[in-house]
Parts: sequence; structure tokens; C-alpha cells
Amino acid sequence: MKRITVKHIAATIAAASVLGTWSLPVQAEEQFVPLLAYRTGSFAPLGIPWADGKMDYLKLVNARGGVNGVKITYEECETSYATDRGVECYERLKDHAPTGASAFDPQSTGITFAVSDKAPGDKKSILTVGYGLSQSTDGSVFPWNFPMLGTYWTAADVMIQDIAKKEGGMDKLKGKKIALVFHDSPYGKEPIALLQERAKKEGFELLLYPVTAPGVEQKSTWLQIRQSKPNYVLLWSAGIMTPTALREAQATGYPRDKMYGIWWAASEGDVKDLGAVAKGYNAVTIHNTAGRGKVHDELKTLVYDKGQGSDTNGTTMGTIAHTRGMVISMLTVEAIRTAQEKYGKGKSMTTEQVRWGLENLNLTQERLNEIGFGELMRPVKTSCMNHTGDDWARIIQWDGAKFEIKPDWYRSDATIIAPLVKEAAAKYAKDKNLTPVKCEG
Amino acid sequence: MFYRENGQFKTSYRSDQQIFPIRQDRVLVTLLLVLAFVAVPLLASDYFLKAILIPFLILSLAAIGLNILVGYCGQISLGTGAFMAVGAYAAWNIGVRFQGTPLVIQILLGGAFATIVGVIFGIPSLRIRGLYLAVATLAAQFFVDWAFLRIPFFTNYSPSGNVSVPALTFLGISLQGAIAKYLFVLSFVAVFALLAKNLVRSAMGREWMAIRDMDVAASVIGIRPMYAKLTAFAVSSFIVGVSGALWGFLHLGSWEPLAFDLNRSFQLLFMVIIGGLGSILGSFFGAAFIVLVPVALNHIPSLLGLPLGVDTAAHIEHMIFGSLIVFFLIAEPHGLARLWAVGKEKLRIWPFPH
Repeated sequence: MKRITVKHIAATIAAASVLGTWSLPVQAEEQFVPLLAYRTGSFAPLGIPWADGKMDYLKLVNARGGVNGVKITYEECETSYATDRGVECYERLKDHAPTGASAFDPQSTGITFAVSDKAPGDKKSILTVGYGLSQSTDGSVFPWNFPMLGTYWTAADVMIQDIAKKEGGMDKLKGKKIALVFHDSPYGKEPIALLQERAKKEGFELLLYPVTAPGVEQKSTWLQIRQSKPNYVLLWSAGIMTPTALREAQATGYPRDKMYGIWWAASEGDVKDLGAVAKGYNAVTIHNTAGRGKVHDELKTLVYDKGQGSDTNGTTMGTIAHTRGMVISMLTVEAIRTAQEKYGKGKSMTTEQVRWGLENLNLTQERLNEIGFGELMRPVKTSCMNHTGDDWARIIQWDGAKFEIKPDWYRSDATIIAPLVKEAAAKYAKDKNLTPVKCEG
Repeated sequence: MFYRENGQFKTSYRSDQQIFPIRQDRVLVTLLLVLAFVAVPLLASDYFLKAILIPFLILSLAAIGLNILVGYCGQISLGTGAFMAVGAYAAWNIGVRFQGTPLVIQILLGGAFATIVGVIFGIPSLRIRGLYLAVATLAAQFFVDWAFLRIPFFTNYSPSGNVSVPALTFLGISLQGAIAKYLFVLSFVAVFALLAKNLVRSAMGREWMAIRDMDVAASVIGIRPMYAKLTAFAVSSFIVGVSGALWGFLHLGSWEPLAFDLNRSFQLLFMVIIGGLGSILGSFFGAAFIVLVPVALNHIPSLLGLPLGVDTAAHIEHMIFGSLIVFFLIAEPHGLARLWAVGKEKLRIWPFPH
């Protein structure tokens, strides 16, 4: 037997280390994006297309060659809409190699609350497109929260504006009755503050009808509506509550075209099975996310035709929730790109740098056209004082088979929302003992 | 062989009645405490502390509280989530309305408010028992859920009704880091577990057990059912309230009433049943089973490198978890604590089982 000497070992180690360094490819820069999702549980019908959309766009970005060559890596984590599991997912993914989590989209109000509390300490951004706390628009109190493209106050204000338009002017709202049928939770209560403000200003009467979660029992609510005969009903529902409300409206004879749903209550899945029952039902969409853009064609040729799409059953691609998921991923990716422009193109960005990118996002029409979102969105610009950016919204109407997009574009009235945001954010800062950051300029 | 208590003579009542009469147990518990207080903070990652150990410890504490009521006093309760919520919201309100109240005082006062609510909802237990009582405590759950959703005073007029705690400090030390949070929670759990263990060995604990085993017989020998049942409700809801405050303050930081809904009550009841009714140790086992096993199952596919979708993984997790519950309940209906006791007995006589 050959004797193994120290020399042998040393030589082996040296050879191995040389080989080791050779065999490693040149490390490409990578950027990690966490994907919180709920593909199971009672909200899965909304969660599946949303999650598919988020993942599909990241696949598309990689197929296009990454962000200035930086490849996006991602990992999905199932929350089942449960706060405990969501927090677990957040902790699991927040420091994931190589960069840490670029931005979290928690997809749930409860998880948003819990992780918003942890995010500033961990230096992680929370991107809540169309949900979350409305006052988190104020970046001086909520530096790490980004309720981009619209909050619940945007949605409520847009509904009121559309109603006013139908009635022939804001002054025509005087003496009218508008009911809010809402999921009895912070999610459902979010629009109340704004609606009260609007009711005071325009002189309409606001009727509040809370519905206990999950919302399968609404008989008494709709009986009350039949008695009080509101001119319009705003619906802040989720999951099973939406179809139930529409069926009850039909049973009590309330016209569906006088009903306005929030964007989470207006996915194809919510109304498809109802068909003609829901005919006339109006809903708000974030920007034009019910539309179709070039990005859909590109996704098809670059991802789906190669068999890499997330939607394996061919049911989610092109739905509103899927498009919205893509928009959310697009905002994350564009924030990374914006950060790269400042901190070094083709490099991995730290989570603080991505936060800067989210805060200084400037999506011009040219840029949106370039990435295929030109038809789906209007230009958006964020700043330290305005983490929402330009909150455009459109109204869609169910015609019995599909959602029809109405021609008008609305945005929230800043003279009403801005003071509310300021007040609520100041109260939050006081309760939480926070010193707001100074916004430059 | 390992658990032989040969040669450990008790020469005084004191030593005979100590909390862990066998030396091996004392050594084991000391080692466990050293491990938990020293080794874990040094070795565990941020994720492990914040996402696994802290929720596990807090829910163990809640399970201890519930176990006193269900396991020791025999009063089934479905209102645990409600008492947790009372603890959390009361502690938060004290912090907001009396700025500068020390954190520990806030949490203990939260427990005190939960005690009051617990005793009020415990009064029906004097007249009704068994499943009917479970339904009565269910009323506590619905009432408390309703109150925190609808009465704006409790959430300090927050527009959406969610509350958020300020940055926490304890004696000037910031409780933002994972290790500090973990040690704070661990100290609470250790002290309360010790108190609970002692309480169930005391005269009061024996009264509870007498009531549980047969309340008529207990009252014949001079135990006042009202006193025994209401103390059980009081102690139980105090501990549950403290755990609720810890859950809100140290684990979530910001929450809505949904964090303490009926599912939480069920979850805690399952912990107590699976862990072992009438066992402090069982509460830890039950919490470990309910909190840790799903997370561990969820990690398995990615650790093995299986290319499973998260939804498939979640479904498999539910299936395995469900069958594990069934398996354990068939293998040992008295819970994991009983399995542990059987294991100890086996170790005692091993390797000569006769």
C-alpha cells in the first residue's frame, strides 16, 4: 500500500482548489425577489392568478436578459392567507441569498400589518399595490411601505366620482344615499374615513353595513338595504362574499348596475359563475389592469411558447388578477432598474438601494411602452412624500360574459385625500412614537 | 436504567414534595434551561428565533393557560382566542393612554384585564358543564371579536381598526433584535411555566382536579365549586392574556382582530388535547406539534430539492399533518405527554423489562 504523506495531501488540496476555482463559472450578478402567495385556502381563486402573474413577469424579465444583465432569482412561499404563515415566509425569505428580499408583496392585509412592523428594522420594502394602510402613502412616516398605484381611499374616491358623473355632477349627490357593504375587518373599514369626508363635503348620506367574515350570511344586510333604498351600493368584499352579495342583490331586486365593487371583488372568478346575475355590476380597476398590453404577447412568445409559463392549466393568463400580478412584479423590477441607474448598472442592489428605487420611480409613457405596459398603465412617479405615485383608476362593468372597460380615467382628489393621509399618518406616528423622516425638497 | 431513582432517598417532606423529585429530571430541566437561555441565542439564526421559536414559546404559554382550565379543572373553553385578544388590546391601550408605562407592567395588566373578562365569562360554568359550557365560552369569542371590531375606543379610534405597537424597550434595552425578543419571551414563559407547575401541585390545583374528576364528590368533601371553577378561569385567562399580549407585542407588532379569531381558539384546544390534558409539559409538546411540524413539513420538499409547486407542497403538508394527528391520537389518546411518561417508565427499567 502506498503511504500517504503530507506532501500528497498538500498536493491534492492544491489541485482540488485550483480545479475548484476553475470549475466555478464566472458568477453572474443576481437579484432576489420573494414571492408570497396563497395558492391554497379560501382566497385561492384570487391568489392563484395573482401569484402566476408575479412569477410570469419575472420569468419574462429573465428571458429578456435580466435587469441590465442581472438575473432575477425568486422563491415562492405559501401563506394560505394566514398571518402566522405569512410572517414565517417573510422571515424565511427576507435575507435570502444573494441580495436579500428586494420588495415584499404580502397579498394580505393581516400579513401587511404584521410585516410592516418588522420591515423598517430589517430594511425591507413592503409593496402593497392597491391595498394596505391608506395613510402609508406618506413616506415620511412609512419609509418602507409603498402602497403604489392606488389605495382604498383612491378606489372609494373614484367610485364617488363615477357616481357623480352618472348623476350629472358632484352637486347632484346632495341628499342621495350611498351604502357601503363591507367585510367587517380592517380591510373593509379602510374606505370609511374617506367616504365620511366625501359625504360631509357633498352632502350625501353614507349608510354602513358591515358583513361578518367570511360573508356567506348577508340576508339581513340586504333586507336593510331593501328598506333604506340607497341610490348606490359600494361593495368592499373578498372571496365568497362577492358572489353572495350579488345573488342577494338579485334576490332583493337591487339593480346590479348601481353596485360598485372594489378591485379585489372584481376578478373574473368572482362573477363568471353568476353570468347574467351579475350583469351591470361595476368595479374599479387599478390603472387599466383589465386591459391587454404588448406584455401579454411578449409573455406568450418568450415564456409560454417555450413551455415555461406558470399558468399550466391555461386559465389564469390574461385575467385581471394575473395582469395585476405582472404589474406588481414590473414595479419591483423597475425599482431595481432605477436603483441600478444610481448605484451601478449591472450590479446586484441592496434592499436599501431598491427602496431608493421605489421612492424615486419615474415610469414615463416611453418606458411603459418599451416594457409592454403602455396600454395597461399611465405614467407613474413616486416621491418621498407620495409613495403611492399617480393613482389612476378605471371603471369596468360586467356584461354577463366579460368585463367591459369604461372610457373614463379617474384619479383621486388630492384636496380631499392629502389632508386625510397627513392626519392619519401623524396619528400613527404618535401612537407608535415615531419621528418622521425629513423628505428632501 | 437511565431513570433509576435507586439511592435517591428522601429524608424530609420538603425533599419529597419538590417539583422534580428525581435527580435525572432536575439535571435534564437545568440542561434544557441552559440550552434555551445560552446555547440557542448563540447558535440559532434570526429566522429560527423569530419565525419558529418565539411563536412556539408564546403559544406554549397560551396552551399552559388553557390546560389549567381544560386539563386540570375540566372546563372546556372555546374562548381562548378572545382572552388572548383582551390581553393584547388591553396591554396596547395602556401603552397608548399612559405613555411611559413599562412594558412588563403593560403585559401583566393586559393579563389582569383578561382575568376580569375570563371570570365574567366563567360564571356560566357554575350552572352548565361539558359541551354546553364550550358553547357558552364561544359567546366570549364572538363578543370579543365584535367588540374590538366595532368599538372604536378599544383601537384608539384608528380608522381601519388595526393597532400597532411602538418600539419596545425593557429596562432601557431595545427589544428589536431577535435575540432580545427571544430572551424576553423565554423569561416570561419560564417563569409562568414554573408558577403554573407549582400552582397545579398546590391545594388550589388539587381542588381543580377534584372538580374535574367529579364535582359532586368534590363539593361533598368541602371544595367550593364556585371558588374552584372561577379561580381556574381567572388563572387560566391571566396566563392566556399575558400570552396574547406577548403575541401582539413581540411576535406580530401590529395586528387586526383576525389574529385572535376562533381558529386561534381551536388551534390552542388542539394543542392541549394532542399535547396532553392536565400536563404542563404536554402544553409544550402540543404547541411544538402544531407550530413546528407544519413548518418542518413545508421545508422538506425544498431541502430534498424536489421541484414541487408551493400549492402541492401545502396540500401534502396538510395531508401528512392530518394523518399524524390521527396517528398520535390512536397511538396515545392521552397525548404526547403520556407518550413521554411511558417512554420514561421504559427507560427506567431498560434493559431488563421484567
